[in-house]
Amino acid sequence: MSLINVHSVWKSYEDKTVLEDLNFNISEGEFVTIVGASGCGKTTFLRMILGEESPSRGSIEIDGTPLVAEPGRDRGVVFQRYSVFPHLTVLQNVMLGLELAHSRLLCRSFGRKRKDHIRQSREMLDRVGLLSVADQYPDALSGGMQQRLALSQTLIIAPRIVLLDEPFGALDPGIRSDMHKLVSELHQDLGLTIVMVTHDISEGFLLGTRVMVFDKLRLDPHEPDLYGAGITYDIPLTRGARGVPASPSTASVPQHMEGNT
Amino acid sequence: MRVINRQPRQGISTITAAIPLVLLMIVYMIFSEARLAENPDDKLLPGVGTMVDAVQRMAFEPNKRTGDYLLWADTQASLSRLGIGMSISALIGLCIGVLNGVIPWFSAFWSPSVRIISMIPPMAILPILFILFGLGELSKYVLIIVGTAPFIMRDMEQRVRELPREQIIKAQTLDATSWQLIVRVVLPQVMPRLLDSVRLSLGSAWLFLIAAEAIASTEGLGYRIFLVRRYLSMDVILPYVIWITLLALIIDFSLRRVNAVCFPWFGANR
Ligand SMILES: Nc1ncnc2c1ncn2[C@@H]1O[C@H](COP(=O)(O)OP(=O)(O)O)[C@@H](O)[C@H]1O
Ligand SMILES: [Mg+2]
Repeated sequence: MSLINVHSVWKSYEDKTVLEDLNFNISEGEFVTIVGASGCGKTTFLRMILGEESPSRGSIEIDGTPLVAEPGRDRGVVFQRYSVFPHLTVLQNVMLGLELAHSRLLCRSFGRKRKDHIRQSREMLDRVGLLSVADQYPDALSGGMQQRLALSQTLIIAPRIVLLDEPFGALDPGIRSDMHKLVSELHQDLGLTIVMVTHDISEGFLLGTRVMVFDKLRLDPHEPDLYGAGITYDIPLTRGARGVPASPSTASVPQHMEGNT
Repeated sequence: MRVINRQPRQGISTITAAIPLVLLMIVYMIFSEARLAENPDDKLLPGVGTMVDAVQRMAFEPNKRTGDYLLWADTQASLSRLGIGMSISALIGLCIGVLNGVIPWFSAFWSPSVRIISMIPPMAILPILFILFGLGELSKYVLIIVGTAPFIMRDMEQRVRELPREQIIKAQTLDATSWQLIVRVVLPQVMPRLLDSVRLSLGSAWLFLIAAEAIASTEGLGYRIFLVRRYLSMDVILPYVIWITLLALIIDFSLRRVNAVCFPWFGANR
């Protein structure tokens, strides 16, 4: 059974339709990348899965149950910026999820439990290569390191779905390719289900096991806001080991999309 | 080179900062000398020696009638009023401000009232406070609280709303309850901002304190200044004013230090 079901979802704000008639399913273990022009509604879609916004029409189900209209622990998220807490050290940022789950009232763990939480968090930091800066504050980290931290902070409580909104958009190219490797590895090793928004189409094809392209299906030249974006392409990619595309699936990329990055 | 691009050399800032103050002192002494030369009994601009005598009398000799060292007794009275008033004010401001910033239903009830209350000129209700709470300490605390808490509440609410939306969402994806969000995400981040807010409010707190002491009190820095005014004792008033300024500077500096030491992550976010 699929993990996320999207049923004829529409989203409009007072004066404009942003998304129209989205219909698709996402299965466990998929790495879906959503590409599309800036302002076409990618973030809006992600915010609906997150529960921060609700669809104007239609419904989204997770594991067959309709989505509650607020964020929860089954859906982790990393934004382009501001995803980590500036007042907590790197280690404390990662531990936060464990502590919150452990103590509803005091919001902190103590004694043996705390040792255990620290150990788990350090393992996670080691995995993303941040162990050496465990006691620093996020402000002292580079952009790439902050995103690694945001990722590990989310992954430590093992959410069912990981949502990424242009997580590498603000990074330098070199750092970005390091991050690509990390995300691919995490996806494979932990069996994550990932929905990632990006406006970089090559990044979408590099990382995803499935690429969805959001674009307007119809356009009224006199009133551009009349119609919203839908899914113009939904492209499954086959992959060999370690996420390297087995067959150059670029053959199936529509001509006009190349160089649209 | 344009004036806006000329930077004073480093290390020179202490000297530049001192020059206006030194000038002010020199000007004062010139005028003081001139007046005293004309009339040795002139009280308006007492000489430095006279003021040193006054300080000696107020600070280091017990008062003949009460046996107190007046300057210290006054300082203690004023600072404890200021401290108690501001502490309560900060606590109220923090609680109401954070709740207003975090919980929409709370804010729906209270934010508009806070905005209206903050418009009331506190000095205008001083008589009401005296009538309700008597002439004792309580009415002075209340004046300081009424005068500063609404500002702190609004400031805290604003600071909470300034926290990036992403952080609030992120905390919820880590399964934080509203309570956990307040305790682990919001409160620790507004604490240094609360201290800043208190620092900014201290100016008006001194104003309300001195006003209340001037009108109804038996000790305190404000009381003393207004008492000796009757005898035109500029030799006491001027040192008292300098002393109050110094106290305000020290408090401001200490609060800054507390912020820097307790919240090392905060500096870079300003
Ligand atoms: N809260 C909102 N109110 C009104 N319009 C909005 C709101 N949020 C997003 N939009 C509009 O929806 C469109 C899609 O925005 P967004 O999803 O952020 O695009 P993308 O992430 O693809 O760049 C934009 O035109 C934006 O102006
Ligand atoms: Mg976006």
